[in-house]
Amino acid sequence: MITQTADWFDERLGIAKFTRKSLNKIFPDHWSFMLGEIAMYSFIVLLFTGVFLTLFFVPSSKEIIYHGAYKPLDGHKVSEAYASTLDLSFSVRAGLVMRQMHHWAANVFVAAIVVHLCRVFFTGAFRKPREINWVIGTMLLILAIVNGFLGYSLPDDLISGTGIRIAFSILLSVPVVGSYLAFFLFGGNFPGHSIIPRFYALHILIIPALIAGLLGAHLAIMWHQKHTQYKGKGKSERNVVGVAMWPAYALQAGGFFFLTAAVIAILGGLVQINPIWLYGQYIPYKVSYAVQPDWYMGWLDGALRLMPSWEIVGFGHMIPTVFFPAVLLPGITFTALALWPFIEKKITKDTAEHHLLDNPRDVPWRTSVGVGVLAFYVVLFFASSTDVLANSFQLSLNFVLWGFRILLFVVPPIAAFVAYKVAKEAGSVPGTGRRKRANVILRNAQGAYYTEQTAPRSPQHEEEVAEELPEEVVYHALDRDHRDELVGTAAPSGAGGPAGSPSHPGVDLGPLPSGGSGIFRIPRVRRSAAPDDNGEPIGGIGDRG
Amino acid sequence: MTKVERDGAFTPPEVEIVEGKRGMEMLVALAFVLSVLASIALAVTFVLGGQPQLEGVLLFIILAGIGVGMVAWGKYLVPQGPYSQEREVLKSEIAERQAFLASLDRGQRQMGRRPFLMKLMGASIGVFGLVNLFPFLRSLGPQPKKALFTTPWKKGALLVDANGSTVTVNTLEVGGMVTVFPSYDVGGAISQTVLIRVANTDITTRPGRETWGPQGYLAYSKLCTHAGCPVGLYQELTQQLLCPCHQSLFDVLTGANPVFGPAPRPLPQLPLYVDSSGYIRAQSGYDEPVGPGFWERGA
Repeated sequence: MITQTADWFDERLGIAKFTRKSLNKIFPDHWSFMLGEIAMYSFIVLLFTGVFLTLFFVPSSKEIIYHGAYKPLDGHKVSEAYASTLDLSFSVRAGLVMRQMHHWAANVFVAAIVVHLCRVFFTGAFRKPREINWVIGTMLLILAIVNGFLGYSLPDDLISGTGIRIAFSILLSVPVVGSYLAFFLFGGNFPGHSIIPRFYALHILIIPALIAGLLGAHLAIMWHQKHTQYKGKGKSERNVVGVAMWPAYALQAGGFFFLTAAVIAILGGLVQINPIWLYGQYIPYKVSYAVQPDWYMGWLDGALRLMPSWEIVGFGHMIPTVFFPAVLLPGITFTALALWPFIEKKITKDTAEHHLLDNPRDVPWRTSVGVGVLAFYVVLFFASSTDVLANSFQLSLNFVLWGFRILLFVVPPIAAFVAYKVAKEAGSVPGTGRRKRANVILRNAQGAYYTEQTAPRSPQHEEEVAEELPEEVVYHALDRDHRDELVGTAAPSGAGGPAGSPSHPGVDLGPLPSGGSGIFRIPRVRRSAAPDDNGEPIGGIGDRG
Repeated sequence: MTKVERDGAFTPPEVEIVEGKRGMEMLVALAFVLSVLASIALAVTFVLGGQPQLEGVLLFIILAGIGVGMVAWGKYLVPQGPYSQEREVLKSEIAERQAFLASLDRGQRQMGRRPFLMKLMGASIGVFGLVNLFPFLRSLGPQPKKALFTTPWKKGALLVDANGSTVTVNTLEVGGMVTVFPSYDVGGAISQTVLIRVANTDITTRPGRETWGPQGYLAYSKLCTHAGCPVGLYQELTQQLLCPCHQSLFDVLTGANPVFGPAPRPLPQLPLYVDSSGYIRAQSGYDEPVGPGFWERGA
């Protein structure tokens, strides 16, 4: 049945060649390669739960009197956005679970992207030929953060409303065009009535479409270029070693989607997130104390808090203080991030292709830069809770603020230095990364002592040397026309020799079996690499030290 | 050859199979069965009206059941290799690249013979884009003009609280605070103002503001000069206003001067007077823009 369907499609679309190559595609296997998958699967969960939410959410700031299931707010004046969020949380089957899953999935989505980015960075997977995918990945990160913020703002509750107010002030701070940007996006001075419908259009249509498109390109490029792999026995720059797409990888990856969704589901069901009925409707003159945005905005919030109150004034114009932490800092951050592969190329002058990954300890300077930069943003992240820290540790706000201002410049160099030393040490120890063997002290007949390493553990612990996928044997009984095409008129039963197909003269079908069993072997079509094209293949771990 | 096909007697050739693993098969089967059972339970929950925690747990079992089943199957019951596959060279062979460049060049030269048309084509597309940008951007919102420089406060505006009740000299105790608006803009996001009553009467916060705080009443814009959050917390003990967003502190007695945090400027002060009936009114609007900074603001 499946084979017939596949054949039906091939006659119309010619899918056989590409799809067969895909089925036989080899995926290197390592836990760290699943981080990007988690991001992609959370995005799928976001799409499913998000579509569900759009069926009930009303993107309008029009004020109505609430008479819904949540009794404490009965009779209060609220916006339609807020009321519909309450309704879908309390009166729609699985509505609350879906909403909380959506929110959790967004947090997981950005987190997975960041961790995936760290993996790609520290292993040098962004090097030639993967610079394009690095840049696309950076854009995906920005879009994920922006869309997270937009979605978080839609319910029109007190906490997110304060966030929108800050966003307006940040737009205002852009030199020259700031006030126009803010007025055009908000449809006038704050708060206006356009922001929720506009955020809605951006959140559910424009940005998801951009994410989906870029994600598609990200995957297509990864597919086309083939995945990178860690160094190891039998692995080189010229091959890919791992499990086959069909069926092992397909089952594992498909299952992993369900596992990701399962974790998000239980978070959505059991761990409360964003209980907007406790915060109340957004009212511009009200504000709540000790609140933080979603985690991925924390570094910006922290930067806003730590920035000294410098405002540049001159020639009748002003560059407000929020411009530096909230516009300039993210601008520099994401520009530098996107350009990193090209920056590194400038430093290393390395123009070779790399398909084998670095172990972070192999490139101490890059590891050290990465850890230092990461430490900078981690300090900013924690600085977004200066007030909470001051309260819970009974410290003065002044002390905590100045502490963080100092830490921001002290921690990154220390972290970078420690990372450099650790990487350098680990990288230079002989046998790093290999299975440990005991040194046994023995005594010889003359009474002298000597040491000897024990034999490697049982052979099955040694990694097998990878083999090629066994060749498929063609056995499907095609109809007579196809049979003739395959066999060719010149190859009656028992011919035995190589036979090109008359209708596909370029394809060498290889030797046909003798004996008319209806079974053919089709070798995989390969193109051999030019021997001196990309430098020598890098050997396995055993070559080092 | 055709005989084999017709009677269907041939057996498919051997493929690599993972044999045995009875326990793993049982585990996979169990995972799928659990998933089905949880789905049925979820349907029952929905029929009974739904319960968020239960729905979450059941969804977890459903999805994790499928996930565990598939992953275990893919990991333990099918061959894992490792297989090796050749990595194709990404860049095209030299002949292909040359042919490609030649094709590109051919079209370019065929078009390049008419540079004037090229320029016109570019111009027409560009002008179309620019012209369309105008109505699009223009209808998104009004121009800022002077909107950021002014507030609804006017001379003689009557102070009311968020419920619209008027504010008199007796409204606040010493040390009290209330958010006020002009009577014609209750709840206004831009006009929101904090009214504080301090112990000193007829206080002068800074030179030139001798008459602005009658009978200990001081009014400041509630919009933080940092990022525009409402400066919502008044600490009577220290006579300070705190913005909870980024912890800017303003000293009430010295004209809401920022004493801590990222706020760059004092909160603008609203000059007040007490009218003959005891109501508090504004002498005039704010004498400077309220809220966060912006490019056109200047000083």
